[in-house]
Amino acid sequence: MVPKDKGLMSMEHFVEIDWQQVDEIIEKYNGNREALLMIMQDISDIYNYVPPDVVPVLVNKLGVKESLVYRVATFYKTISLEPRGKYIVNVCTGTACHVRGADKIMDALEDHLNIKQGQTTDDLLFTLQGVRCVGCCASGPVITVNQKTHGGLDRASALETVKSYD
Amino acid sequence: MAKLENREALKNLRNSLQAKFQDSKKKLISLCAGSGCGAYGTAKVYEKLMEELAEQGLENEVEVKLSGCHGFCEKGPIMVIHPEGIFYPQVQEEHIPEIVEHTVKNGELVKSLIFKDPATKKKITHEKDVPFYKLQKRIIFGNNGVIDPTEIQDYLSVGGYAALEKALFDMSPEKIIDEVKESGLRGRGGGGFSTGIKWASCRKHEGERYVICNADEGDPGAYMDRSLLEGNPHSILEGMIIGAWAIGSNEGYVYVRHEYPLAVKNFSMALESARELGLLGKNILGTGFDFDIFISRGGGAFVCGESTALMASLEGNPGLPRAKYIHTVEKGFRQNPSLLNNVETWANVPVIINNGADWYASIGTQGSKGTKIFSLVGKVMNTGLVEVPMGTSLRTIIFDIGGGILKKKKFKAVQTGGPSGGCIPEKYLDLGIDFDELTKVGSMMGSGGMIVMDQDTCMVDISRYFVEFLKDESCGQCNPCREGLKQMLDILDRICEGNGREGDIELLEELGGMMQKFSLCGLGTSAPNPVLSTIRYFRDEYVAHIRDKKCPAGVCKPLFYYEIDPELCNGCTLCAKRCPEEAITGKKKEPHELNQDKCIKCGICYDVCKFNAVAIK
Ligand SMILES: Cc1cc2nc3c(=O)[nH]c(=O)nc-3n(C[C@H](O)[C@H](O)[C@H](O)COP(=O)(O)O)c2cc1C
Ligand code: SF4
Ligand code: SF4
Ligand code: SF4
Ligand code: FES
Ligand code: FES
Repeated sequence: MVPKDKGLMSMEHFVEIDWQQVDEIIEKYNGNREALLMIMQDISDIYNYVPPDVVPVLVNKLGVKESLVYRVATFYKTISLEPRGKYIVNVCTGTACHVRGADKIMDALEDHLNIKQGQTTDDLLFTLQGVRCVGCCASGPVITVNQKTHGGLDRASALETVKSYD
Repeated sequence: MAKLENREALKNLRNSLQAKFQDSKKKLISLCAGSGCGAYGTAKVYEKLMEELAEQGLENEVEVKLSGCHGFCEKGPIMVIHPEGIFYPQVQEEHIPEIVEHTVKNGELVKSLIFKDPATKKKITHEKDVPFYKLQKRIIFGNNGVIDPTEIQDYLSVGGYAALEKALFDMSPEKIIDEVKESGLRGRGGGGFSTGIKWASCRKHEGERYVICNADEGDPGAYMDRSLLEGNPHSILEGMIIGAWAIGSNEGYVYVRHEYPLAVKNFSMALESARELGLLGKNILGTGFDFDIFISRGGGAFVCGESTALMASLEGNPGLPRAKYIHTVEKGFRQNPSLLNNVETWANVPVIINNGADWYASIGTQGSKGTKIFSLVGKVMNTGLVEVPMGTSLRTIIFDIGGGILKKKKFKAVQTGGPSGGCIPEKYLDLGIDFDELTKVGSMMGSGGMIVMDQDTCMVDISRYFVEFLKDESCGQCNPCREGLKQMLDILDRICEGNGREGDIELLEELGGMMQKFSLCGLGTSAPNPVLSTIRYFRDEYVAHIRDKKCPAGVCKPLFYYEIDPELCNGCTLCAKRCPEEAITGKKKEPHELNQDKCIKCGICYDVCKFNAVAIK
């Protein structure tokens, strides 16, 4: 697996967007502009990122400025404007996990996936990220893969966990 | 369920559910489905349990409840079998047949699964006798292990919504506010501001008032808010409805992190069932009072926990704090008077209304009343959520409840207050903790994170860690915070790399002072705390890094190496087998040798050697 420079992500990786579904999401929040972030999160839950083609639709339907959409998208960490892997591996780097050796787990996963944190594998299978805390601090070190949490890890079991998604 | 039209209807429903709950002779298995236990595999255990019960034809005789967090998450998945209260920690799928066969069917214990107290090595059968729980006072958190958070009936069956009933029908809004004021409740989100005074001042301001629950829980290492949201959402909801009634508000918001999916789910379900029963919505219980609550999901920005940033985020904007010349109780969300309280603060409200201000004020210390939930984590034996009266000493929490330091290592410090808090050294272990005492020793309560550190934690690295965290989280609006953190990180980086210079400590202190004075929001003003408190109590360690180019804890890689002490090494070969770089060689039963050129300082040998033969130099 070769790391891919994020800026050079080729077009073939961009997904087909189901526009009806996007409309439904916006509907769910009654087209309320205050819900901009949540709408983007819901879209991101489907595609693992907010495809840039969605932006003009948001501008239109919510009646917000394009600049606001980009400001919100770049301000909040849950939103990415770049494609992310099918599996988003979050290594908790919160304090409780840090003192129990989270950086060793990050090192091991970076090594195994051959990417740095923040990057996505070339086959778009895994994105590796550090997160500040997932609220399972007593079970540290913790990683999450998409919405599933795995606790009480060490280097070996963290590797095993990630491999099980391969 | 049918909508409750008036007080009587609520009272009748609650009474019948309460009676049913108390009379139930049925065996009840409570299995923790909180996020912590979930991470250890509750789902599989549950599946197997239901399967086994069905196979044995017991599904109608035994009730299984998926509860919220019991607090002892380290030992998850947790199972408690009632009425006896038999406590089985770390239950796995393969244990289920035995548990069903022996304990459920025949009332016998499965000896191999009984909890063994790591401190005394004694076996303990009942949940209430486990030292971790015994010394706690769980008035806020106690129902978590008993109820299914997704069932409103469960909450009613432990007396839920009695406080709301009392507030709506027996108390005036002014009386409620007075009661909260007199209880001495202070905000659990960090600042420790008097909740009653905040409510009173919000009520004074005209406009469309809002009540908001701060469930952003940004403090890494603290997770009590998550556990309350997941495990007892109605207690927060009840508090918010009472608050709305007291200040005169018709709309509320819960601002919760997107990273807490189970909390969002359980809280949404709680809202729905409360609407169904008519505890939210129009004309609540026939009083003419309209109130509803909506969930807003935040997006992983620490600064959004700050009140003005949170409100900007609620409005759909980037969460940038603003200067607080005008307080949010006057002009907050949508430029209207807004009452923001933390999750745990809200959960305290029903308890105060039910039991009265005097009762509540009898718990705790002079200046800090009630209990506080702490998230006891890090290098401590029993990690989890601990609820104790304010004023309980650090020693009680860490050593009696927490069982002391992992692997018999030496306690070094405890970090409280999250990234804006400080590190407290051993000499203050007997400090009775409350808002004021923690501030006096240069830390703070924050949201109740308590991260225990041992001899292997480097205090310079920890302070570097927090500064890096805060630098990433700073919104960058104001210079002192943005640039100050960047400079601090540069200095701490070079100290950890062995390039520290004379005068760096003083420079850090000066920078810290500047940031405390001139930053715009609480993030910047408190950001220097971890640095200043570690300098205050662990200056030696900074000096060792800078002057001697040594990291005594063995964390900063350029500043130490490992060595095997031939006197202590008995040649067990374990380290050689585990070393990923084949850097250790030696014959069985003879002292081993470590090749510095090959060693990458991963620390595995240090961790695995049972004879303390691997030393940090
Ligand atoms: C940088 C920063 C982060 C904060 N994060 C939180 C948080 O995650 N949760 C919280 O309840 N309060 C947080 N606070 C405190 C809030 O600003 C506010 O004081 C609190 O929510 C008020 O509720 P309380 O009076 O019930 O404590 C934070 C403050 C700052 C300055
Ligand atoms: S102190 Fe920091 S986080 Fe707060 S407004 Fe200034 S730059 Fe932003
Ligand atoms: S593990 Fe410890 S005792 Fe065993 S060979 Fe290594 S250094 Fe020696
Ligand atoms: S620190 Fe790691 S690499 Fe170095 S000798 Fe020990 S196990 Fe091997
Ligand atoms: S610090 Fe890792 S889950 Fe909280
Ligand atoms: S999540 Fe099960 S005890 Fe905390």
